[in-house]
Amino acid sequence: MTRKKASKRQLGVLKIIVFAVCLLPFSFITWDAVNNLLGADPIQTLHFRTGDWTLRFLLLTLALSPLRRLLNSPIPLRFSRMFGLFTFFYASMHMLVWLVLDQSLSIDNMLEDVPESPYIILGLLAYFLLIPLAATSTAGMMRRMGNSWFTLHKLIYLIALMGVIHFFWLTKLDYIEPLIYALVLSGLLAFRWQVIKRIFL
Amino acid sequence: MLIKKPLILTDNDVTPKEYFESSRSLISASRRQFLTKSSTAMLAAGLAPSTLWAGDKIKKYTKSKFSINEKPTPYEYITTYNNFYEFGTAKGDPAVRAHLLKTKPWSVTVEGEVGKPGVYDLEDILKRQQLEERIYRLRCVEAWSMVVPWIGFSLAELIKQMEPTSKAKYVEFTTLYDPEQMPGQNRRTLKWPYVEGLRMDEAMNPLTLMATGLYGEEMPNQNGAPIRLIVPWKYGFKSIKSIVKIRLTEHMPKTSWNVAAAKEYGFYANVNPQVPHPRWSQSRERIIGAPLFTPKRDTEMFNGYGEQVAGLYKGMNLKRFF
Repeated sequence: MTRKKASKRQLGVLKIIVFAVCLLPFSFITWDAVNNLLGADPIQTLHFRTGDWTLRFLLLTLALSPLRRLLNSPIPLRFSRMFGLFTFFYASMHMLVWLVLDQSLSIDNMLEDVPESPYIILGLLAYFLLIPLAATSTAGMMRRMGNSWFTLHKLIYLIALMGVIHFFWLTKLDYIEPLIYALVLSGLLAFRWQVIKRIFL
Repeated sequence: MLIKKPLILTDNDVTPKEYFESSRSLISASRRQFLTKSSTAMLAAGLAPSTLWAGDKIKKYTKSKFSINEKPTPYEYITTYNNFYEFGTAKGDPAVRAHLLKTKPWSVTVEGEVGKPGVYDLEDILKRQQLEERIYRLRCVEAWSMVVPWIGFSLAELIKQMEPTSKAKYVEFTTLYDPEQMPGQNRRTLKWPYVEGLRMDEAMNPLTLMATGLYGEEMPNQNGAPIRLIVPWKYGFKSIKSIVKIRLTEHMPKTSWNVAAAKEYGFYANVNPQVPHPRWSQSRERIIGAPLFTPKRDTEMFNGYGEQVAGLYKGMNLKRFF
């Protein structure tokens, strides 16, 4: 009994540490923005840094379940909500950079830019699909929704695919970086092939 | 009687020495500041001190009437934010690696439909040209722009000296191919060597510049030393760097980006806010070096040089010939 309590406390401490680490990229980006260290093309730098971290957290979230199998331990899955919400957090930063800095919050600008940029359309779609997942991430929602919660949250596979294609689509000639994300994602999706085949195909 | 001032000024006429020295030390101070601030630039400086502290000053040049009346982008951004795939595809790669390029001696091969073909020493070419400073906006196809105080001479003068034949319809330029000096050429990102081209009338337009320097100094390697093309009304990729060959031809040259992706990069590549790139809009551009909350700039037709060049494309469908 005491032993179980101690491990619960340990998990709590671990969660706080991981949470703080997940905030580090955001702190670095903010520090650079405030101190004018974003370089020659600050808007582009912010786009790439927030976009990179969105994809990284997305892949990290998808890696938890294979990790549980690998370690034969339930601990990794205790972080799925946190990593999922950090994915949404960095995606929201990415959106904010686009809305405020790139588009200057101008509807006219957006109406002109969006139809001419397929990768932006795909990015926006992926973000809109993330919203219901974030909104239903609480334990209460999970209980209320029952089995449909799991079905809804399988959308994350599709969103990840859209995110990586979004990166490919905006890249000019040198595809190494999006290829790395694509490679990692293929591995993570291959691990769930049976589930994906059942739901999407 | 009105006595015209001679066109060629001496060093003393152009800039008082003390002013030049102070402006130079200002540049140096801001460079130092930049170095202490940016970790990537510190890395660049550690690997290649010569590239950040590049350039002898250019002694004789005039101020051009073609300059736009805008404040140039800071030197450190012009020299650390470069698309020069011969040194790598990241914007910071050229500043770190371009010290590998040896620009002296340098020769340029002149061939094709010319009366005076041959291999010319760059120094001999430059002896016959009048250098001037031209402040132009450079608009990249990636939807950003910067303002650069180039130093160079009119391409038209050089072409006249080459004595083009009546068959000369196009000018083809080629960049150096040497993976030892240009390590980016070890990866087949583009087909090497880089080739660009202009129609003869575009090449002869007085705006078209052969640039050998910027900010009063010899061209930094990462910006295309020792000699590069500047076509200010076209997207930046037309302005080929580190040129070793100029060939006049009867047929349209096969240009590098057009070969790599013909649907995305045309031969003309005129700056045009009404014709989007297939994957992104060209209607606005990010201003390099501007503070974070600066709105993007509306891209101008022909990058603002329509008055001088729109006539070249009269009757052409610019959506088709993009």
